Amino acid sequence: MRKNLNVIAAYSIMMGLIILVGIFQSWNIALSIFNLCLISAVMTMGANIQWGYAGLINFGIMGYTALGGLAAVLISVNPVQEAWSAGGSNILFSLFLIIGMVLAVRYVLNKYEKSKKRTYIIATIIILGIIIIRFVSEPGIEAIEEIEPAKTGFLGGLGLPIIFSWIVGALFAGGLAFVIGKVALGLRADYLAIATLLISEIVIAIIKHEDWLTRGVKNVIGLKRPAPYEVNLQQTDWFINLVEKFNSSKLNLITDFAERQAALNQFVIEGSSVFVKLCYSGLFLVVVIILLILTQKALYSPWGRMMRAIRDNEEAANAMGKNVVKQHLLIFVLGSAIVGIAGAMLVTQDGLFTPGSYRPMRYTFLIWVMVIVGGSGNNFGAILGGFAVWFLWIEAAPIGLYLVNLTTAGLDDTHALKVHLIESVPYFRFLMMGIGLLLIMRYRPKGILPEKIEIK
Amino acid sequence: MDFVNAIILLLNYIFVPALAYGSQLALGAIFVTLIYGILRFANFATGDMMSFGTMFTILFTWYFQSLGISLGVFPTALLAIPFAVIFMIGYMLLIDKFVFKYYRVNKSPPVQLAMVSIGVMFVTQAVVRIIIGPSDRRFFDGEKFIIKAGEFKEMTGLNEGLAIKSTQVLTIIVTLILVSTLFWFLNKTKTGKSMRAYSDNEDLALLSGIDPKKIVMITWVIAGILATIGGALYGLDKSFKPFTYFNNMLPIFAAAIVGGIGNPFGAFLGGYVIAFSEILLTYAYRKFFMYILPESMEPGGLVQLLSTDYKFAVSFSILVIVLLYRPSGIFKGKVL
Repeated sequence: MRKNLNVIAAYSIMMGLIILVGIFQSWNIALSIFNLCLISAVMTMGANIQWGYAGLINFGIMGYTALGGLAAVLISVNPVQEAWSAGGSNILFSLFLIIGMVLAVRYVLNKYEKSKKRTYIIATIIILGIIIIRFVSEPGIEAIEEIEPAKTGFLGGLGLPIIFSWIVGALFAGGLAFVIGKVALGLRADYLAIATLLISEIVIAIIKHEDWLTRGVKNVIGLKRPAPYEVNLQQTDWFINLVEKFNSSKLNLITDFAERQAALNQFVIEGSSVFVKLCYSGLFLVVVIILLILTQKALYSPWGRMMRAIRDNEEAANAMGKNVVKQHLLIFVLGSAIVGIAGAMLVTQDGLFTPGSYRPMRYTFLIWVMVIVGGSGNNFGAILGGFAVWFLWIEAAPIGLYLVNLTTAGLDDTHALKVHLIESVPYFRFLMMGIGLLLIMRYRPKGILPEKIEIK
Repeated sequence: MDFVNAIILLLNYIFVPALAYGSQLALGAIFVTLIYGILRFANFATGDMMSFGTMFTILFTWYFQSLGISLGVFPTALLAIPFAVIFMIGYMLLIDKFVFKYYRVNKSPPVQLAMVSIGVMFVTQAVVRIIIGPSDRRFFDGEKFIIKAGEFKEMTGLNEGLAIKSTQVLTIIVTLILVSTLFWFLNKTKTGKSMRAYSDNEDLALLSGIDPKKIVMITWVIAGILATIGGALYGLDKSFKPFTYFNNMLPIFAAAIVGGIGNPFGAFLGGYVIAFSEILLTYAYRKFFMYILPESMEPGGLVQLLSTDYKFAVSFSILVIVLLYRPSGIFKGKVL
């Protein structure tokens, strides 16, 4: 118990902060911060597996998040029948062609020795393949995008409950990670960082511009929800009764019936959005706990020990007969799959998919700050980092505003400097993140909750 | 005549813009490569450092404009750049003293330094946005075109016009001067030679009495000059927006690695490789083929290899291919 005292203390402080937000700002804000903290925690767990367990640097988190989001769209949106009949066959045929191309390349790779000739043959296959696929798919894509471009203009999805997308998102992200890992994992650490960063940008470019699949920058809105809708809740009897019971002390103070009814309505409207957010919190909490149990088990298993051995001394681990390449690939895929789950969860919560909003600052570098600040190699640390950094990221604006008002208290309200500073309050979050990261790296390089390995 | 038209078309839409864009990338890439070669880490704050320097250029430009100082046909920014460079160098030396030095002295692994540079990236980005704001700013003044498309058509009687912006010519000339001075410095002067020696083999360099503090300081000074001028030229040619500068970090990295990281000459050429391939692959060649092919063979579509949306993706794909097949770059990297 005493050993874990700092963990308990850190988490209590974190929860206390969120509850303070609930009391002083509103429970709605507190819960939305809490939900995004949970999603961030899933992302940091993914990044932590790669960086903390195996020492693999992955700056492509944004790409996997976006793929998870794409999975949410492809699973939950109803299929657009007209689009399928207009261009579906072309798309399917192109898909077969792509598979054929990959198989052909693999065949050549296996069949012939490495030589200049082989490289040329592969290059020819790929270039010819791309040209043919473009010719086949172009009419299909055009036909699909022409069908009601303002409303659909894409193939739609499978029309399944969105919750399945959490698994599919993991599969998508894991699949991408497998391909990237196959080609890029041999690179040195900083090259791997740059390569993954750039590949994630390519993924975003594709998602943004392949309108037939993702609707691109036109966004997909109104995705199905796993939780009830506020409007429906507000008309359900049991929910109104519940709210009445919760607020009975306040309501009983009001004697006038009409006023009481109005107050109750207000409570119901507020309560409904809090209730919906609570539903999401429950779902997300389940995911976080399952993942936490699994990752903790993995960390203390022989496999986790092997990963640490590989991280700390690759050559020695290799000499002991551990297959470093295979294990690196495995952990790269696993970590990315977890990030994919988070991406799907994020889109599920928002109910919309906006490819334009995926930016490396928010989805790659911020997650890295979370992992490093929280404590890489320690799952509790990574989750705490997700909570603390996201909390700061959101609350930086109010804190910044407070600081600006404090430091410029002597100035007139219309003073140019004060007005300018108040306008730039949103950017104080970058400053806080940067300074926080630099301080942690300098004075507590292992994070708030450092990695602690006990041998049992 | 059609043939000449076709050539002018390519010059106007591909060659001149790519040359200017490539020069801007090249300056950034040399900056990345110098930091990598001498301080031995991938600097993720590159784009934001460039925007920091550009910010000072803009502030000084505004100041000079308010004083009524101008350079006539040249942009006022040219006058502002030297002052901005001084501030930029000061900022970089400050960062080095308070942030990077600690890790260098402790001989931390390069990955840790790269992480630290992410912290610097956040801070620099915040400072730039707090001081000048995130919006798009143009600070170009003076004569906009050297040759206007209409004038060119009248002069030559061709169908195609050739427009050359003064910022494009300025970019190319300044880049050439700067880069040739840099190469002269690295290859001919004693300090430059000791920098190369330090980059090649740190221990040997230290043994032969090279002062590492001096080397590091000079590296930051050169980096400050490159970052400010590269950023200012990009801002003059297009416009200044902090987010764009952050994004430009990616093609700049691509250029540095394609050329062979740690090799300034490779980075210089890498900038052009990236710029030309981005523009060549995303240009719609329809009009070009209309000029050179007989009418019966005219193409129906746009004859565009990739849509312009994938401009960035092109440079990244080149980078990934280079990384996989020739990780040391086109010109052997890691020797300065």
